[in-house]
Amino acid sequence: MADRKPVRWHIAVFLAPAVIVYTAVMIVPLFGTLGLSLFTTVERVPHYVGLDNFRTLLSDPHWSGRFWNALGNNFWFFVVNMAVQNPIGVGLAALLSSPRLRMAAFYRTAIFIPTILSFVIVGFVWKLILSPLWGIAPDMLAAVGLKSLFAPWLGEANYALTTIALISVWQFIGIPMMLIYAALLTIPEEVIEAAEMDGITGMSQFWKIKLPLILPSIGIISILTFVGNFNAFDLIYVTQGALAGPNYSTDLLGTFLYRTFFGFQLQLGDPNMGATIATAMFGIILVGVCLYLFGIQRRLRRYQF
Amino acid sequence: MAQARTSLPRTIAAHAVLIAYTLIALFPVFVILINSVKSRRAIFAHPLALPGPQSFDLIGFTTVLHQGDFLRYFENSMIVTVSSLALVLLFGAMAAFALSEYRFRGNTLMGLYLALGIMIPIRLGTVAILQMMVAGGLVNTLLALILVYTAQGLPLAVFILSEFMKTVSADLKNAGRIDGLSEYRIFFRLVLPLVRPAMATVAVFSMIPIWNDLWFPLILAPSEATKTLTLGSQVFIGQFVTNWNAVLASLSLAILPVLVLYLIFSRQLIRGITAGAVK
Repeated sequence: MADRKPVRWHIAVFLAPAVIVYTAVMIVPLFGTLGLSLFTTVERVPHYVGLDNFRTLLSDPHWSGRFWNALGNNFWFFVVNMAVQNPIGVGLAALLSSPRLRMAAFYRTAIFIPTILSFVIVGFVWKLILSPLWGIAPDMLAAVGLKSLFAPWLGEANYALTTIALISVWQFIGIPMMLIYAALLTIPEEVIEAAEMDGITGMSQFWKIKLPLILPSIGIISILTFVGNFNAFDLIYVTQGALAGPNYSTDLLGTFLYRTFFGFQLQLGDPNMGATIATAMFGIILVGVCLYLFGIQRRLRRYQF
Repeated sequence: MAQARTSLPRTIAAHAVLIAYTLIALFPVFVILINSVKSRRAIFAHPLALPGPQSFDLIGFTTVLHQGDFLRYFENSMIVTVSSLALVLLFGAMAAFALSEYRFRGNTLMGLYLALGIMIPIRLGTVAILQMMVAGGLVNTLLALILVYTAQGLPLAVFILSEFMKTVSADLKNAGRIDGLSEYRIFFRLVLPLVRPAMATVAVFSMIPIWNDLWFPLILAPSEATKTLTLGSQVFIGQFVTNWNAVLASLSLAILPVLVLYLIFSRQLIRGITAGAVK
């Protein structure tokens, strides 16, 4: 069958467009960026400097403070996303998948709507709602007698990052909900019936039967969240601007990369340092993905039905 | 059987939680939409009230349509999104077909190579992408964006579509071969129509990040003539921060197209996910 013709050109024809575009626009620039991080440009002439840029990034007081700040913020951003988004997503999916629930399609569609909105909309909507000027949030809190709790959350260095992380959760909750929902639907009826025969119902059925079966999906969602969070940029840019205020308290690696690469206000853009930061992000994401693939995914038991 | 699993109090509790979360999800969108058609005074005095005969005012929309180039932004966004989607779907389906249909040396390796892009975001290559676009004279053209988004969308498209193409019956394809159809005709005439639902799923998944992206329009095509709707509304809102009517109206204008597209495709999206395309 396979060896009817000596050269099967059609395979090449089918593969070529995708492979060419993908290689030229994604893979080559990716490695080009990694390469650029080893050079510095003096008067438009690139010089090879080895790992000097990374030394600057990690130890020069001017750079390292910003870098560690952005990295730390990025971790906190990821932690809040994981800790809030996944439990709520799993909970909603579990409720949605309960048998004979009316209006399930409506809930699913509605809860997914924030995910389709652009960052520009999401950022400004929440800026308006949380604004002390317009004051939907303070008025609503006042209505339940909690006005004293209100603070200009986006404007205070202590709260801004957590607030933005929660906005990000609000925006992307639809993704874990949908994927977990799909995973829950693939659990065969016989497994659930067998559990019921043994008297396992309700909450204990969820914890003992369903949760172990959807763990692989939760793992995939976690790694997608990790990759998404560590190159997040848009939401910060829209709500706080490229300077990631107040006082860099919401600076993530993405905004740091943007400022370094393009320059902002008094700071000139520096492609080589930008490439260095991008390489650092590449390394972090790669380590995270490998830890997941080799450390966690292999231990997750998959059940074949 | 189902009787044992559903009790009235539990159903009511489930609905209560879901309704509460639906309100959280929709409330901000709702606030924007109702306030965009209210007068300035009503926006500030009663932000949560529905627009009535006294407070109804379209001043925000008229400002936006006169001041901003929203029609052009919209057109740019449409061109970029539709062209990238078409390329992602066509090239993705072709590659997926090659990977799932033929056994050749390097098949698995090629699959892994193409799947790499699912985990590594294309943004990290931005520095070199910009240099390349500058060298090729493509800065501030829509073509630059189309190329980038095509590359960005391909990995997931190939991955999902090849899973689906494995399910197309081999007998059907072999019958086509016996009838003398070329491999190209088998792909375009037999296989493509059969994987149409999967193509719709991929389309929706790829469309959302392309339409909403701010990073690449900001870097590769920030000129007035090539601004996308997302970048255009970002800049516009930045300039009109104090004109609340205009801000709210432009937000509504930016929400509506995606919302309409989503509602049209949502059934397909859910079917695609639950069919197990993404697991």
